[in-house]
Amino acid sequence: MAAVMTIEEMRRGLTWRKNLDKVFVILGLLVLFACLGLLAILFFDLVRDGASRFGWDFLTQFPSRKAERAGILSAWVGTSMIMFVTGLVALPVGVAAAIYLEEYAPKNWFTGIIEINVTNLAGVPSIVYGLLALGLFVYQFGFGQSVLSAGLTLALLILPIVIVATRESLRAVPKAIREAAYGLGATRWEVTKDHVLPYSTGGILTGLILGLSRAIGETAPIITIGALSFIAFLPPSPVSGEFPFLNLEWLRSEFTAMPIQIFNWVSRPDQAFQANAAAAGAILLGMTLLMNGIAIWIRYRFRKKINW
Amino acid sequence: MRKGAFASLAYRKNRDRVIEFLLLMAALVAVFTTLAIVVILFYESSFFFERVSIKDFLTDTMWTPLFADPRYGILPLVSGTLTVTFVALLVAIPLGTIIAIYLSEFANHRVRETVKPILELLGAVPTVVYGFFALLMVTPFLQKLIPGLPGFNMLSAGLVIGLMIVPYVASVSEDAMRAVPRYMREGSYAMGATKLQTALRVVVPGALSGIAAAYILGISRAIGETMVVAIAAGMQPTLTFNPTEPAATITAYIVQVSLGDLPHGSIGYQSIFAAGLVLMLMTLVFNVLGFFLTRKFREAY
Repeated sequence: MAAVMTIEEMRRGLTWRKNLDKVFVILGLLVLFACLGLLAILFFDLVRDGASRFGWDFLTQFPSRKAERAGILSAWVGTSMIMFVTGLVALPVGVAAAIYLEEYAPKNWFTGIIEINVTNLAGVPSIVYGLLALGLFVYQFGFGQSVLSAGLTLALLILPIVIVATRESLRAVPKAIREAAYGLGATRWEVTKDHVLPYSTGGILTGLILGLSRAIGETAPIITIGALSFIAFLPPSPVSGEFPFLNLEWLRSEFTAMPIQIFNWVSRPDQAFQANAAAAGAILLGMTLLMNGIAIWIRYRFRKKINW
Repeated sequence: MRKGAFASLAYRKNRDRVIEFLLLMAALVAVFTTLAIVVILFYESSFFFERVSIKDFLTDTMWTPLFADPRYGILPLVSGTLTVTFVALLVAIPLGTIIAIYLSEFANHRVRETVKPILELLGAVPTVVYGFFALLMVTPFLQKLIPGLPGFNMLSAGLVIGLMIVPYVASVSEDAMRAVPRYMREGSYAMGATKLQTALRVVVPGALSGIAAAYILGISRAIGETMVVAIAAGMQPTLTFNPTEPAATITAYIVQVSLGDLPHGSIGYQSIFAAGLVLMLMTLVFNVLGFFLTRKFREAY
């Protein structure tokens, strides 16, 4: 570098450096829009490829060897049942774990171990959960290749998501609110239940929905458990006309699910089945995006409503 | 007035103890899950290693457990996994880093708050849908650019996985960059540096451990990704590092075996646990590394 720069040289250098700034902004925007554009292309392509298959029949038919007669009835019913079990297990366990870690846990090595575990579980590949479920739920516990096994597996899978989201929303509640309640003689649980939790509902709900939106698209773990791709029957109905009105047989039923059905159709060489895969994929993707949208909306609403 | 308010203090304190115990149990589910994963993987693969020596497992170059002449060398599955991961990183690292720098240093608050949730949708797309995308859209497109590219190949699977983990890499790196204190940027501006110079020479070096954590956690995601490779990369285990060839990854092999109806206790059944064990150890190394790196950048300032 020259020891002495003229004003002219410095000006040129400055213009050059400022132009580089602009180039980078354009580059950043390009990359950003390329990624978002690909997402849009993906969605529209699915809709276009599957367009011929959308319709009432597609939702009310069982899978079939004939592509044009095949539908996703058993798949979406299976997915709904699994999601029900997953939510029912992941919500209480996740929220309780988060409350313990945030409101109760002393700061010691033991709590540290629990926290490392939660972080680590979030990074375990989903198929490893499938292997866990295959060894533990399917064979050791004898739940078999059932809706129950699948629901529990996915509940474990989304547990870290629910825990992290709940902890964040608990942490956002100001200390003053807790102290005020303690000051009036409330016990720790009363403080948590009556004052902290009501303020965190939005964050907890967001976490649950994001977790379920992850679970709904998970394919690998439930393939490992042994989901079948050709199921031409529905699990027994959870509600019956006779006493005791509730029937838990559906939990033990074999099942298929949306992603499994899509995987099965994609893997077939026949073009006609690929239209089915696209249609089912568009529905699944639509559901995921909708759930994410709702989660973002809830987060936004609650943030706006609460003014500490 | 609520009934609980009249309950005696002793009753309320006891109730608190019971509830604390229940909450602790819920928190321990996380610990039990980790333990269960480790125990199940070691237990089931111990039967596998009774029949197959660890030396063969680690050095044999063929993986054909379901053939009449079975060979149990994990290397072809590892090479497939590493190749796909490498391709994915070639996409995710540059794109993710550019987006992170842009969002953290250049975009204003409103743009950032709007773009981030939308970007995260990329990571929310079901992987089976990405598999469809890779097989039926990306591969035909690549075949036009690379004549003779087989219908199943690791390249298109890797590219799509890369796209999938871009938001993840971007989001973790951006958090790290935003943790760099403002005064460091101001010092740099005061010396006459532009935004880009500040970003590249002050913010990125300052956030390096966090950015490294983002890359490493991205690697761990790519290694564990299953459906995209199972659909788009073919399922023949081949010892190759050439991304334009079809091959199987560890995860794809587990899926392939699970699709068939293997009896409980057969060598095929046990082999997926051995493969799963290798997979878990590989991701664990990266996760632990990432965990300590993120902790380091949180403590740095």
